[in-house]
Amino acid sequence: MSDGIGARVARKEDKRFLTGKGKYTDDIRVENQAYAAFVRSPVAHARITGIDASAALEMEGVIAVHTGPEMKADGIGDIITGWAITSKDGNPMQCGVWNPMVTTYARYMGDAIAIVVAETQDIARRAAEAVVLDYEELPATVFADKALQPGAPQVHENVPGNLIFNWEIGDEAKTETAMAGAHHVTTLNITNNRLSPNAMEPRSAVAIYDEAEDHYTLYTTSQNPHVARLVLSAFYQVAPEHKLRVIAPDVGGGFGSKIYIYPEEITCLWASMKTGRSVKWTSDRSEAFMTDAHGRDHVTTARMGFDKDGKIVGFHVDTIANIGAYVSLFATATPTYLYGTLWSGTYDIPAIYGTVRAVHTNTVPVDAYRGAGRPEATYMIERMMETAAREMGMDPAELRRKNFITEFPYQTQVLLNYDSGDYHTLLDMAQKHAKVDSFAERKAEAASRGKLRGIGYSTFVEACGLAPSAAAGSLGAGVGLWESAEVRVNPVGTVEVLTGCHSHGQGHETTFAQLVSDRFGLPIDNVSIVHGDTDKTQFGMGTYGSRSGPVGMSAVMKALDKVEEKAKKIAAHVLEASEDDIVIEGGEAKVAGTDKKMGWHEVGLAAYTAHNLPEGMEPGLKETSFYDPQNFSFPSGALICEVEVDPDTGVTEIVQFTAVDDFGTVINPMIVEGQVHGGVTQGIGQAMLEQVVYDEDGQLITGSYMDYTMPRAADVPAFTLDHGCTPSPLNPLGVKGCGEAGAIGAPPAVINAITDAIGSNDLQMPATPLAVWTALQAVKAPMAAE
Amino acid sequence: MTNVSMTVNGKSVNREVPDTTLLSDFLREHLRLTGTHVGCDTSQCGACVVHVNGRAVKSCTALAVALDGAEITTIEGLAKGGEMHPMQAAFNKHHGLQCGFCTPGMIMAGIDMVNRYAAEGRDVTPAAIRHELEGNICRCTGYHNIVNAIEDAAGQMNAMSKAAE
Repeated sequence: MSDGIGARVARKEDKRFLTGKGKYTDDIRVENQAYAAFVRSPVAHARITGIDASAALEMEGVIAVHTGPEMKADGIGDIITGWAITSKDGNPMQCGVWNPMVTTYARYMGDAIAIVVAETQDIARRAAEAVVLDYEELPATVFADKALQPGAPQVHENVPGNLIFNWEIGDEAKTETAMAGAHHVTTLNITNNRLSPNAMEPRSAVAIYDEAEDHYTLYTTSQNPHVARLVLSAFYQVAPEHKLRVIAPDVGGGFGSKIYIYPEEITCLWASMKTGRSVKWTSDRSEAFMTDAHGRDHVTTARMGFDKDGKIVGFHVDTIANIGAYVSLFATATPTYLYGTLWSGTYDIPAIYGTVRAVHTNTVPVDAYRGAGRPEATYMIERMMETAAREMGMDPAELRRKNFITEFPYQTQVLLNYDSGDYHTLLDMAQKHAKVDSFAERKAEAASRGKLRGIGYSTFVEACGLAPSAAAGSLGAGVGLWESAEVRVNPVGTVEVLTGCHSHGQGHETTFAQLVSDRFGLPIDNVSIVHGDTDKTQFGMGTYGSRSGPVGMSAVMKALDKVEEKAKKIAAHVLEASEDDIVIEGGEAKVAGTDKKMGWHEVGLAAYTAHNLPEGMEPGLKETSFYDPQNFSFPSGALICEVEVDPDTGVTEIVQFTAVDDFGTVINPMIVEGQVHGGVTQGIGQAMLEQVVYDEDGQLITGSYMDYTMPRAADVPAFTLDHGCTPSPLNPLGVKGCGEAGAIGAPPAVINAITDAIGSNDLQMPATPLAVWTALQAVKAPMAAE
Repeated sequence: MTNVSMTVNGKSVNREVPDTTLLSDFLREHLRLTGTHVGCDTSQCGACVVHVNGRAVKSCTALAVALDGAEITTIEGLAKGGEMHPMQAAFNKHHGLQCGFCTPGMIMAGIDMVNRYAAEGRDVTPAAIRHELEGNICRCTGYHNIVNAIEDAAGQMNAMSKAAE
């Protein structure tokens, strides 16, 4: 079937986006619409001593101004985190309290202090500016490495020394012994730069309170509307779950930043009840930079030991992770179980140990951003491999090959058990595509033009398919991470698939339909995918962590199995054949080896007319499944970046970029390639362009696209992609997940290429022209002195 | 408040609007043409690009009252008789969009680019497309397929205008 698994089907959902008919949250306007704006802390740390809203309330069109203490008095709960981490001394983590709006202390620039509700957005914003704050500014802690220093300002009274947890993983004694016996040790000090996710659609919420029914509806920019409803209900006490409908309509990108349930959504729901009006809030980009959860922000010292042949003997990591002012939903899992568990990379490492100290600072919360922990792990390991190869005078590809894991399943020293992979083949393919053999010629040719040409590798493995629920629970997760699906065959044979996943660019309306098409031989136009509305679909966990393929599609497959089984029973009964002889293909149910058959639509009709069903069978053809994965899935890849540096200016151009990935089974290669293009571009952005900057007082310097450099079309090359395939043995389709791979694998390939070009390892991300030029000067200076 | 008349997607419109109303707000809030998106507040992202008298303009940079009498085309006005513009079709064919939020601006900028290059007798090369997209940010696609889509559409649009001559 041309629409089935593996087909490059153009997306079904495109038409509405291409014709301007997409329906994003800010496009929604309801009866009785009012608009909200937030009064925010202008400083990083302050005690709020007075809020004077009188001038704002006198403005024409202002409906109400409400504050944090009022919200607290109404019983609205504090914002929770979803993952409890235990420190290495056995103590539970210590988190500061996060009120949706400030009750006494503002702890980052942009912390919400009051909500203004008005007749128009313009009035709401002007009125917010007219609210007068009295506050006592307090000293701020901003940077990860300074947060733990003696005398650093305290972000929360109940978190001494700003230390949330000091987590460990691996075997310390074994690792130290191994390191002591190493022939060569490479040490690296690495900063993983702080990023802003920057989905192009800013966050937005439309909250509707129906007094007659005592019922709330929330339209919101969410990757996981059911999780939002659960949290809003169970923890924030906005409304009981059955009195709250959450709808995530078309969502313009997420990259993690729209997983979380932010103060604004909670406050708009509450304000809609307080004012009796439908309350709409849409972030502008400046507000997004200030309040959307940031990503990364690690400071790490790592040591890797090798024997005389270049075989890794031990790996030791010490990381400080900046969590920000409050502990966001997945903020504690990201620098621990999504980071430390990946420290083995693609390599057979016999001894690993490390610690992660998570710290509060007076900055916006940091949480999972595309890759979440895995980019940080991969960057560290792959910078380490390249640096070690240079120090030991080895070819970086050969050093990797010497250490690749070759037998699967493979149990790492840091919890994970890799399902399948073939790292040698991926690297072979990448080297061939990247024409590594002729690199020296290209380097010489570039030199003749006065350019420094460099090549850099990255081979990665990551853990996708969040997550086996019991295992996640045993490690501190507050939720299960299964997924659900419902497959409804209508009486006319068309099919609706209801999924708990959410598509915000991933193309589920096409790829999920391909599964049905593949199974029953139906055109994908006869299949529709329903998602994103808690009134329509059963509970589901949403989309993040590249889980929609390995977990979400597995749930669909399981439901399809049940539908197929029942359909076969019906067809066997109608066609008077044995159930075992029924084959469903090409849109028909056939009796194998005969010309007896019935159309798929006739099976549907038979199920619903129920005039002639097997004895005891319930009418209808609709099945539900909940799929809980047995393990993570482990996509892997080999990336090779080639750059040219202008030594006079430090300006660096990526002249060639190759990515060969193993995502297991690929449902739609065109969509998967699109995910890699986007992921790699975000990785290049991290490596060369992007950096959230706070000054020492905690003022956000990069507050707009004028200051924060987003990758633009001319910053990235056309990409060369290919795929290897070792299907995951642990899910029905053999898929592994592709959403984050590019962002995970790309940064070290870029930095390894640039450092190769300039002959200096002293370079942190982002490798701006100034940073590259500065690093070059340091290399040149001793050369000139010689 | 000022009375503004424009032709938007071929239809005459007339509204009384505050003088501070941006064209993007005029389209989205007053005409409810929500296909034009606003992704930033510094005229950097290009999600709001529309055509004003045939030229691409970031609608967040123009005041509605300054465009009295103008002819505006938005993303909603491109498809004719249910058939998508070649640029729209090329974005679908080449998977030039993911979340769709930047897409209207990309398509309007793409069409303007192709028209300008054709008028100047220049080829729409991949390098030219990347350079021209300086004012349009996409976070999803890595631009690879957007460049392919615009290049393909340029060929089709140019062939169509040749055929029409």
